[in-house]
Amino acid sequence: MKKTLRSLYIALIFLFLYAPILTLIVLSFNASKTRAKWGGFTLNWYRSMFRNEAILQALSTTLLIALLSALIATVIGTVACISMQAMKRRNRAIIMGITNIPMLNADIVTGISLMLLFITLGFRFGFMTILLSHITFNIPYVILSVMPRMKQLNPSIYEAALDLGASHIRAFFKVVFPDILPGVLSGFLMAFTMSLDDFIITHFTKGPGVDTLSTKIYTEVKKGIKPEMYSLSTLIFVTVLLLLFLVNKTPAEQKKKKLQMQQQGGKL
Amino acid sequence: MNKKTLAFPYIFWAAAFIVIPLCMVLYYGVTDKTGAFTLENIVTMATAEHSKALLLSIELSLASTVICFLLAYPLAMMLTGMNVSTHSFIVLIFILPMWMNFLLRTLAWQTLLEKTGVINSILGFLHLPPLELINTPGAIILGMVYNFLPFMVLPLYNALAKIDKNVINAARDLGADSVQTFFRVTLPLSLPGIISGVTMVFIPALTTFVISTLLGGSKILLIGNVIEQEFTQTGNWHLGSGLSIVLMIFILVNMVAEAAFDKEGDGASL
Repeated sequence: MKKTLRSLYIALIFLFLYAPILTLIVLSFNASKTRAKWGGFTLNWYRSMFRNEAILQALSTTLLIALLSALIATVIGTVACISMQAMKRRNRAIIMGITNIPMLNADIVTGISLMLLFITLGFRFGFMTILLSHITFNIPYVILSVMPRMKQLNPSIYEAALDLGASHIRAFFKVVFPDILPGVLSGFLMAFTMSLDDFIITHFTKGPGVDTLSTKIYTEVKKGIKPEMYSLSTLIFVTVLLLLFLVNKTPAEQKKKKLQMQQQGGKL
Repeated sequence: MNKKTLAFPYIFWAAAFIVIPLCMVLYYGVTDKTGAFTLENIVTMATAEHSKALLLSIELSLASTVICFLLAYPLAMMLTGMNVSTHSFIVLIFILPMWMNFLLRTLAWQTLLEKTGVINSILGFLHLPPLELINTPGAIILGMVYNFLPFMVLPLYNALAKIDKNVINAARDLGADSVQTFFRVTLPLSLPGIISGVTMVFIPALTTFVISTLLGGSKILLIGNVIEQEFTQTGNWHLGSGLSIVLMIFILVNMVAEAAFDKEGDGASL
């Protein structure tokens, strides 16, 4: 009885979280151009999507910004984590405090603060300003997922590598990096996802003529969303779902073993 | 190569793109167009029009924070109780919706809530009277809960998963019933997660302008809408910055609370 109730509750929450996504997927096959009624099944929007220059342009801008900002943020963030390990506790606390600002601050305040900065510096609003802003709000995600891994690290291993004659760089890539890699990867993925889903900060830091998918959708809200948007986002969602499925499927056994080991390690 | 010098790129970045921009908001907020010092931009918050928007924002964001908490806490406890699900899997399920654009997901609620929408069609099918759902404060709360629920679940789940099972067992052994155990052991131990979750929901809900635009029609103005309009339509950056400073006070209070409870300093957020 208790178990059924529990499953029911979890199922309801997931229905709530995924109902809009299901709606969008259904809408992408809707022959009627309005959201309001069902006009029969069609694949037309999927066909016309690939001929819609504006949407494809926005897609490539979005992906390029997400990829570049996540990559740059991962490098800057990981390097910062390495050096923070060597810092005094107080200095580290100050830097972590500043790192928390973009996470806790409202997106609208981050957005307008960057907008004011770019105006003062006389930057031309466009691709670069969006990229700089995305790197800024992505770095904290990287630091917050790499830092816990760094703390678990045993510093003696790195010193042992140095004693055995490895150079600093070699010791880092041979000993430290493999251990923090899961944190680096999840930081990168978080950053990529956040950049992809961001609207508010992009809204304030973009210039005319440059659009990401989010800002394009926002301008379309008033005149009505083009159904091609639904088919594009369905395609993105299904692709991600398939990728995750494949990643989780193949090395399942190895992963399980590793996880068990980690859990045991955590207990010790 | 000194390890400490490796931090320079980030320190430079943080100074240029986090600290200085915030100082600029402060500067714009306390000056007028001629550059003279004034508090007028901040005091404007007290006028009827702006304070109404602020109060409504506080009301709606508090309501959605409470709802998120009440929905998420039992869920997080259930998820911790399930042995099969691994941490990364749970994080994944809540992050996954973000791969479908945030604006589109919120817009999809329009389709569900509209007068002739999915929910009212189902009600009609059951011979129940239709509900007025879209363009109400309730719809905005729903949109907030929908968008920010994952940010409540994940920190709660993290905090609850960290609790040592032996502590719970000890409480039970010492004669506490399950209600006592919950209120005197589990709840206090999950406090860092609660603080972090409340912050992660309350701040974005308080400052949103997108959800109110999409689900509240154009009649309901939140403080986020007012600030957004000052920047993108009216072009009065000084006034917009002044109003943002008031919002930053709320954010600051939350940050202090978070820092006080986050003793490990690694941010329990995600």
